[in-house]
Parts: sequence; C-alpha cells; structure tokens
Amino acid sequence: MADRHLEPDTPELRARWSGFAWTKENAAKAAEYVARYPEGRQRSAVMPLLDLAQRQVGAETGTQGWLPLPVMEYVAKYLDMPVIRVVEVATFYFMYNLVPVGKFHVQVCGTTPCMLRGSDAIMAACKKRGMAKGHTTEDGLWTLTEVECMGNCASAPMVQINDDNYEDLTPERLDAVLDALAAGKTPKTGTQEPGRHTVEPVGGPTTLKEMVKANHDYRKEW
Amino acid sequence: MSLQDKDRIFTNLYGYQPWNLDAAKKRGDWDKTKKLLELGPDKIIEEIKASGLRGRGGAGFPTGLKWSFMPKESKDGRPSFLVINADESEPGSCKDREIIRHDPHKLIEGALVAGFAMRARAAYIYIRGEYIREAQVLEAAVREAYDAGLIGKNACKSGYDFDVYVHRGAGAYICGEETAMIESLEGKKGQPRLKPPFPAGAGLYGCPTTVNNVESIAVAPTILRRGAGWFSSFGRDNNKGTKLFQISGHVNKPCVVEEAMSIPFSELIEKHCGGITGGKDNLLAVIPGGSSVPLVPAAQIWDAPMDFDGLRELGSGLGTAAVIVMDKSTDIVRAISRLSYFYKHESCGQCTPCREGTGWMWRVMERLRTGDADVGEIDMLWDVTKQVEGHTICALGDAAAWPIQGLIRHFRPELERRIAENVREAAE
Repeated sequence: MADRHLEPDTPELRARWSGFAWTKENAAKAAEYVARYPEGRQRSAVMPLLDLAQRQVGAETGTQGWLPLPVMEYVAKYLDMPVIRVVEVATFYFMYNLVPVGKFHVQVCGTTPCMLRGSDAIMAACKKRGMAKGHTTEDGLWTLTEVECMGNCASAPMVQINDDNYEDLTPERLDAVLDALAAGKTPKTGTQEPGRHTVEPVGGPTTLKEMVKANHDYRKEW
Repeated sequence: MSLQDKDRIFTNLYGYQPWNLDAAKKRGDWDKTKKLLELGPDKIIEEIKASGLRGRGGAGFPTGLKWSFMPKESKDGRPSFLVINADESEPGSCKDREIIRHDPHKLIEGALVAGFAMRARAAYIYIRGEYIREAQVLEAAVREAYDAGLIGKNACKSGYDFDVYVHRGAGAYICGEETAMIESLEGKKGQPRLKPPFPAGAGLYGCPTTVNNVESIAVAPTILRRGAGWFSSFGRDNNKGTKLFQISGHVNKPCVVEEAMSIPFSELIEKHCGGITGGKDNLLAVIPGGSSVPLVPAAQIWDAPMDFDGLRELGSGLGTAAVIVMDKSTDIVRAISRLSYFYKHESCGQCTPCREGTGWMWRVMERLRTGDADVGEIDMLWDVTKQVEGHTICALGDAAAWPIQGLIRHFRPELERRIAENVREAAE
C-alpha cells in the first residue's frame, strides 16, 4: 500500500478545484447512493461518491479523472465526515487516482495467471509506444499502470482501459485496440480472440452447447 | 460419470443468451420463489445443510451451518444483514464475474432466499471496483427485480420485505476478507477486524451479519428446487455438489466450466481445456485453488480429485477452484515471486508481521529468482514464512506464506541450482 502520494496542495490547485460541485445529474446519483445505506450511516457512501467525483473530474478534464484535495473536501462536507477520513479511503483504494492521469488509463495486469500467458509482451508493447509505468505520455493520451489480478484469468492476458477490458491479447491485438482508441473509435471490448465469445474454451463450448443458439430450458430434462 | 448439462446450475455461464429477467425466467430463475420461501427459514437452512454445500469463497465452511448462526429473532431491535462477497480478487479466480454478468438473477434470487432464511432485512452485494461493466449489469438486474416486485416490499408477494443493494469496491484485495469488507461497507479503509466478535454477533453497523460468496448464494435456489439429495449426489463425501472451475495458465484452452466436485484433475484438463500445452509430460506444477494455496507438482496432481479434502491431502487446497497450470517453460521461482509481490502490494498494513514480512519475503524471493543468495537463506525464508503465518489478524499473512512454502517444499533443488550457478558465474 506504499507509494501513494497526494498531489501537492497549492494555490493553483485550490483555484482550479475549490469550486467543485456535483452536476445536476450527479447530484441525483449522489443522493441515490446515500439512500442505499441506513439513516445516520451516510458515510458508507464515501466510496461510490469518490468514484462519482473522480468521473466528474474526468469529464471536466477529458481524462479518466482523479481526486484533487478540494474535491475530497467537497465529498467530506457532503457526507458530514472529517476530511481525513475521506483522504484515508482515497489513499487506501487503488482505483482512486491521486494525481492527474491521461485520457486513457492503460492498466496492464501482471499477476501470475496473466504473466504465464504473456503479459510481459503486453507491457513491452505499451512501452514501445512510449508509455512508461506510472507516467502519462506527453500528448496526454496514455497513462500506464501495472495492476494486480483483474479476475479475467481464463482469457488472459488482459488490460483494462478506463471502463473496459480487452482480453486474450497479443502485442498485435493490443496495438489494434490502442490505435482504434487513439483514432477516437470504439474497439470491440472483451476477448480479442477471433471466434471466442467469452470464457468458453476456444473453438466452442464443451458443455451447454444448446445455449449457443437458443435460450434452452433444461428443466424439461430434470 | 460426468456431469450432464441438465444438472448444471449456471446454464448461461458463457453469456450466449441475454442476462435480463425475461430470459432468466425462461431458464427457470424466479420460478415460484414464493413457494421456496413458504418452506420457512428453518426448513431452508436444513435443506442447505443436508445438501452438503460448502462455502465457495475459499474456506469451504458449511453454508447451511453458517446461516444457522444468525439470531432467530432480534431481542434488541437490531436488524440482520446479508453481505454477498463479490470482491473476487484472488489471482486465478474468475467465476463470480461470469455469474454476475451472465446470470445475475440467480444471485439476486439467491440473495432473497438466503436473506429470508437468516432473517436479514437487506443484502449488500460488495462487488470489486474493477468489475465496472459487471456492476452495471448487476445494478440493472436489481432494478428489474424491484420493478417486477421480486424484491423490495412484500418480495414475491411473500409478505416479507427485503432490499438488495449493490456496493462497489475500489481496488483492494483485502476487502475480500469478511471483516475488511464490513469495514469497507461502513465507509472506512478495508482493514480486518479482530474476531471475536464474529460477524454473526456484531458485523455490519454492529448488527448480526453473514458474509457469503457469490457462488454459494447463487446456487441456493436451485438446490431448494431440486432438493438436497440431488445436489449431494455429486462429489465425494464431505465434498458435495457442482462447482465452477476456472482453468488458467498453460493449457491449450483456458476456460471457466461447471463440473461435479471431485472430478479428477486429468479429466478436467483433457475434457475441457484441450490438455496441457505441449502434452501431459510437459506439466510442471499446478496451483489448484487460487494464488493463496501451495503449488502441487505434476506427478501428484494428475489423478487427484479436485475437491476440498483431496487437495488438502496433497498439502494444498481447493480454495476458489482457480486452477493455475504451469508447464515446463515456466520460471517457477518467478511465478511464485510474482505472487509474493501481489501480497506485498495488497497487505493492508495493519499487522507488522504481514506489512513488513510480505515485502521482506518478496525481496528474498527476487534474489532467489536470480540465484543471488546464500543456500542458508532458503531456510531463513522458510522460518520467516512460519513467523508470518498465524500471527496476523486475518489470513492474508498465511496466504502470502503458503505459496513460498509450497515452492521450497517441492522445488528446493531448483533454488539451490540457481544459487550454485550464480556462484559459478561469479567465479568465472
């Protein structure tokens, strides 16, 4: 849990972000999140609200978003909790970006199941395009992070870029995805293996074959 | 005898068909759920106990027994809660994701049935933050269930009020530990609590709470519909039922597949995964239950039954049934060292043996990888794993120790060979 630092609290940071407030749409979402928890337990909503705030910052900056200190203070005030408790949460969980990131946050899974399937080559392909771990490229397009197991082990190796996963990667397939993103297109998400649907064995399922074509009801065979 | 399709619970596992309520109903979900609830809480718990279902999150604790620990009535007005652990983050595990994105109504119906049986007033589904699209599907499915009157006030017209809420994590493996999950749900850092008190006595908001894995909850309605006898007809004694296996690494066709418990490793691999890359003789070792369990060498795993007891006899465990296969091209020391890095990265920092130990163990593992070590350090590393194991609040310390112990137990000659080679190269 080390190596996590807040962006320095400078007058410039204050000037840019101290006016942060929910958009109308996000205000409704925030209220909905708080309502999921019992009365008096509204600080349970700190995690969804930090995510919401990060996304709003992202929308305003054209990036994946991050959490400037004034934004955390806004969330603390909204939930009537001490700022330090919000900062504690923001620094504990890895999905909260504590410093600005690029438009696309390329998160390469490097844990053993992906490693066994070739994540070294995926990481190398990212570096070949000028990305460096923990940094954002000068054009502001890419931030590269090596992340821990993302739970896509049966379709490894994989990367998560902002909200989407790209699985069954090779360096060529990754390049195709990144080229498409850079060109403003929306590449296919999920597995990049031709002919594979999700996590069935490549070449077609060995079980539940009726399900491929129709919504089969197996109860008749019970 | 191998498992037939009609006995598979997760029929839309691969998502060829839509996940929505209409499609799920046609596959048999939410079918007369009211009748299941009419069995009453005690009968439901009895049936789950009789089915032999053991928790699918790794520890394998009997699910029905766990539910029975919840108070039958609230003497002080505190409500009870069901927390569903969808924080699937154990390296190798990727089954709950498939349930959530392709069969979410099985989980929501299970939440109602299980919540009713333990007299809970609401369920919180804690889904890992990285499952972004999956959480969107789950939230949409929950809305569908509310709109259809299946959950919420008078759920399924049973007269029982039951809410289901989705809570997204934000990238912390430790939140899969049940008390860390409860802390996180309360809006804090996910640091495990000391037990006792156990969650069934004082959990979420200090109220009685049961934390169950997604798969354990999602199979419950089908068990009740088909009967405990049906579920317990699969698998060996004490290891009953069907199970989602997730096979990753060096097989020709990695996949997730539902099979009968106790299926031999060889059958699982040959039938569904197209065999080991390079053939059976190319198999080096297997981590059979997710990163936390010790590896098993090829010779021992091949005919082993894939269940709790069978793998424990091999000094390993079934865990989440996340089977990580490694062939002879694997740098086995690096494969385990990468797991050590994972635990160093995910230690919450609360207990000293884990916070300091995971980093220390990883650094020594990295030196053993290149052979830049003294032979005596292998024993020292073993000692340190024993000092971390069992000396922390939660099991993350144990989980960090076991993979290294498995490596030293089975691959000590390889570690010594690297050290000797390094010494020889230095001399030249």
